[in-house]
Amino acid sequence: MWGRVGGDALDLACLGAALTSDDARPDRIVAAMAAVAGVTALDVLCSQQLSQRAPQSRHVESSVAINRAPADLYRFWRDFQNLPRFMPHLRSVQVDTGQRSHWVAQGPAGTTVAWDAEIIDDRPDALIAWRSLAGADVDQAGSVRFEEAPGGRGTFVRVCMEYYPPGGALGTVVATLFGEEPGQHIQEDLRRFKQLMETGETATTAGQPSARP
Amino acid sequence: MKALCWYGKNDVRVATVPDPHILNPRDAIIKITTTAICGSDLHLYDGYIPTMEPGDILGHENMGEVVEVGSAVKNLRVGDRVVVPFTIACGQCFFCQKQLWSCCDNSNPNAWMAEKLYGYSPSGLFGYSHMLGGYAGGQAEYLRVPFADVGPVTIPDGIEDEKVVFLSDIFPTGYMAAENCDIEPGDTVAIWGCGPVGQFAIKSAWMLGAARVIAIDQVLERLALARREGQAETLNFDDKDIFDALTEMTGGRGPDRCIDAVGMEAHGTSPDALLDRVKAAAFLATDRPHVLRQAIHACRKGGTVSVPGVYGGVVDKLPMGAVVNKALTIKSGQTHMHRYMRPLLARIQKGEIDPSFIITHRLRLEDAPQGYEMFRYKHDNCIKVVLKPHDSVVPRPRSFSQ
Repeated sequence: MWGRVGGDALDLACLGAALTSDDARPDRIVAAMAAVAGVTALDVLCSQQLSQRAPQSRHVESSVAINRAPADLYRFWRDFQNLPRFMPHLRSVQVDTGQRSHWVAQGPAGTTVAWDAEIIDDRPDALIAWRSLAGADVDQAGSVRFEEAPGGRGTFVRVCMEYYPPGGALGTVVATLFGEEPGQHIQEDLRRFKQLMETGETATTAGQPSARP
Repeated sequence: MKALCWYGKNDVRVATVPDPHILNPRDAIIKITTTAICGSDLHLYDGYIPTMEPGDILGHENMGEVVEVGSAVKNLRVGDRVVVPFTIACGQCFFCQKQLWSCCDNSNPNAWMAEKLYGYSPSGLFGYSHMLGGYAGGQAEYLRVPFADVGPVTIPDGIEDEKVVFLSDIFPTGYMAAENCDIEPGDTVAIWGCGPVGQFAIKSAWMLGAARVIAIDQVLERLALARREGQAETLNFDDKDIFDALTEMTGGRGPDRCIDAVGMEAHGTSPDALLDRVKAAAFLATDRPHVLRQAIHACRKGGTVSVPGVYGGVVDKLPMGAVVNKALTIKSGQTHMHRYMRPLLARIQKGEIDPSFIITHRLRLEDAPQGYEMFRYKHDNCIKVVLKPHDSVVPRPRSFSQ
């Protein structure tokens, strides 16, 4: 919105410059300037109000093709306690009742971030959607869809997530969780999910020898 | 254990490092009995491959004895002798199931790095940069082998290491290069580069029905080996213009199938080769494709150019006009190892080929740095170096005494 205000200022400057022209018709130009000034006032007001609002939500999306049937992938994901196996930043997921669960994620330097979530949509072998409950460290909502790929070539898994990064120290923790580049972490999580579902393990070299100290 | 480690351009050393151990259920640990220095290791030695880190263990032509298996490995037992393919493949992804093993989706833990450069990531490789997995190599006393239930091929007793160790890379690589030519009866196959892969490409071209094989190099002992062992006609690019010679030899038609078994560090003194050197030195291009250009230029209309030679990044001035207007087919790829190892082992067992003919030097692991230098500069007529990490009776070559 502040961009619009800048544009308005440019318009006003041009009109002002036009006033000095020899063949200008000052009455018309002044009328136009009054109209633009009105719009500018509205834009400034609107920009101020928007700036005061809560931080904007971030939207991340990622997808992966997995050489397994949708039902297999849905079943594994629906058991949320499996998620830390391919989302290493999750320390634990505890399923309280059928719809509610408690999530604890690892932040930097031993900090943790926790939230309660509930399932808001659940279509067997096709889709799981969730959102965090009031009081969560990170307000978030997300979904994972399992679509049969054309030609019987496995499943397309698509994740959408929306989250509201909090400010302050917690914001730093959350930035570490979700990555500098939104979507980067979720893409690596999906890659590990694929590895686990196709091969039974996730590829690693952590702990192998080298001549580095 | 002791291992040959990369520290930088022209700097490899034997260091003491921790022993490897099982990290995943499908891993195995093997005690290396024979390993080798590959021509593609020289691209690392010369500093041409990005994402190497000081302290990385090299070596991807490995065989040995299984000493430990992970809980999910059911087809190998401690004590089995195995040859390990240099490409690491899971066996279960879309690509492995299409037999495109070197394109495995699941074996590169650093896939995101390769995706930045190539769009999508190929399989992980042993000892060949972090972008291609960052896996420790086997020029060492022991090696961790991921997906050991899929890759390693068990070797029966009574067939010595040196006859089978090259099933780990260069024999299948030469074979796939020839297979990618789609040789038809009567075809003339021209092969640039008479290093180990070129030598196996020559033998494989005959196996696949070539009527004539022409081998091109400048190193006299390699040309001699191509004539003696490969029964090839040879051309020395120091003596002759290769395009003119090939045209003359084929009655003006050009060779039907051309193989670039040289890759990104082509030598040569033609204007384009010299310009490539300058550009690579100034980081304006990464690869020097002089041979690839010449192969495309020389190939007959409707022919095939097969590229087993390694390219890493970006090449400049590729003559696409010749590719399009002569209707050429270009085929390439890291070798789909798992496709070829068993059939080629069968050929060795039947006595159709003894791959040990290329070995010129046998060294202890401790002498591997001198082995690299000798291989790099082709001293002492060096064509292929094998290393014996556990064999204390391997003599030191006389040239190492100083």
